[in-house]
Amino acid sequence: MKILVAVKQVAALDEDFVIGADGRDVDAEFLIRDLNEWDDFSLEEAVRIKEAAADPVEVVVVSIGPEEADEVLRKCLAKGADRAMRIWDEAVAGSDPIAIARILAAVARQEAPDMLLAGVQSSDHGFASTGIATAGFLGWPHGAVVASLAYTPGEKSAVFRRELEGGLLHQVKIQCPAVLTIQAGINTPRYASLRSIKQAAAKPIEVRTLADMGMSAHEVGEQGSLSHVRRMYIPDKGHAQLIEGSAAEQAKRLAGIIRAFKGEA
Amino acid sequence: MGGILVIAEQRRGELRPVSLELITAAQGFRAAGDAVAVALLAADPARLVDPLKVAGVDEIITVQTAATEFDPDVFEAAVGALISARNPSVVLIAHSIDSFGYAAALAARQGFGFATDVFKVERIDGELVATRGGYGQKVCVEVDFPGRSTVLLAVRATVFKAPDGAGSPAVTSFAAPSVVSRAESGDFIEASAADDVDMTAAEFILTIGRGVGEEAKIAQFRELADVIGATLGCSRPIADAGWLPKSRQVGQSGKTASACQLYIAMGVSGAIQHLAGMKHVSTIIAVNSDAGASIFGVAKYGIVGDIFEIAEELRRHF
Repeated sequence: MKILVAVKQVAALDEDFVIGADGRDVDAEFLIRDLNEWDDFSLEEAVRIKEAAADPVEVVVVSIGPEEADEVLRKCLAKGADRAMRIWDEAVAGSDPIAIARILAAVARQEAPDMLLAGVQSSDHGFASTGIATAGFLGWPHGAVVASLAYTPGEKSAVFRRELEGGLLHQVKIQCPAVLTIQAGINTPRYASLRSIKQAAAKPIEVRTLADMGMSAHEVGEQGSLSHVRRMYIPDKGHAQLIEGSAAEQAKRLAGIIRAFKGEA
Repeated sequence: MGGILVIAEQRRGELRPVSLELITAAQGFRAAGDAVAVALLAADPARLVDPLKVAGVDEIITVQTAATEFDPDVFEAAVGALISARNPSVVLIAHSIDSFGYAAALAARQGFGFATDVFKVERIDGELVATRGGYGQKVCVEVDFPGRSTVLLAVRATVFKAPDGAGSPAVTSFAAPSVVSRAESGDFIEASAADDVDMTAAEFILTIGRGVGEEAKIAQFRELADVIGATLGCSRPIADAGWLPKSRQVGQSGKTASACQLYIAMGVSGAIQHLAGMKHVSTIIAVNSDAGASIFGVAKYGIVGDIFEIAEELRRHF
């Protein structure tokens, strides 16, 4: 039995970031990289399913990214993944989530997992598209925004609850193998122990090229994408009127606003 | 054929408000001669036709579906078939939990131009351009769709207003293809309320976010909220961690602060999902140590500072 978990190395912005020379992305120097928050929950869900299963289950993590993405894959190995794969080729640069999904679908065809888990969305660009587009390419059943999951590897179906607007839940039974996108809060992700971090550092990361996946350059990058970035810019900053001064002065002003609201001033 | 196709959204027999917002979004970039058709997918679509008879709609297309509730296979097949039949240049859909469940699969399989969480759509020199946020909404990203004859855009809710005025569109129907779904819809379940607070009725809310850092600090803010007379709310990470019950979560997957007039957000960065539940409040005060936090973009007043220090100082005044 096998669960494939797609993970992304996301980027947050350094305080004084600038847009790069081509005007289409932030200068890479100002990006702070980490494992996508949602992917931490989907990995944890996979590891819990493995731990609860009577039969052996292999949890495989895959990321599409350059060498620096190894860092998040090692984090996943330390948190309980059995194997880690990374797919990269210079041609992949500039891919939108659909082009990334096309690669993930090729990985799923090679690995033939019983279930594929991905995060609902990424904390940097929030497309909420990659997992479900992967299901589209594979022709697999799919479910999005999964807030609870009952699944035993090898079973022909899984039952999940998707989290709707307003906190309403909708229960769905789905045929497997399927692609499910996992919502934050479905579980409490574990911390990696020092020992497991050390062990993970010694584990291999399987690196594959597009050719290894039987893919060609035109299927990825801008050519393989459904959208093209024209321009990235910093929007006009918020219009909040700043309350200046020491903490005591700021709090005094805040107290005044509260009292005025309550009709006490 | 061209034209704009809007996919209305319903749940449990109720039209979702975003459906009308999409109609307004369509007016902003429609070219002369572009017809706007609104498709309504439901088991009994005729019931929901009337609220869609608004200004700016030329045609309402009812699509009767075998599934009573949202089903990814049924919806993907029906919307896909409708697009093939009508060949619109732009399709607008809500950026919603339902569309998360099939729009990307549809776009990927059909090769439509595609962008999600779009909050601006325009034509620049005749080219369709959509704008979305990036890096946690700290930047705006303009995307276009070279060579795509059909573009599917998932539009953010609560950005556009519902249209003013009535219309008299033609009402037609479209036969959805029959598909055997691989999903089976079950019950709807209200998230259990661990306490009886009603965030939607609260007029004064003090919300805490990730900046609180640890569970032990919650008590300080609970006490502060009590003393100043506010209802204590939270953003998603606090509810996810179980530090406060889900019933106190404000945002897209939590509650909307519908009755709120004064909203103090402490240590809340302002993720778009949180803003969806509170950005309409007339007086928002944000306290955050990060001067670049998105919450300052919707706040009336801002305090850049340490939330614990401000909380402690504020406590002295009550």
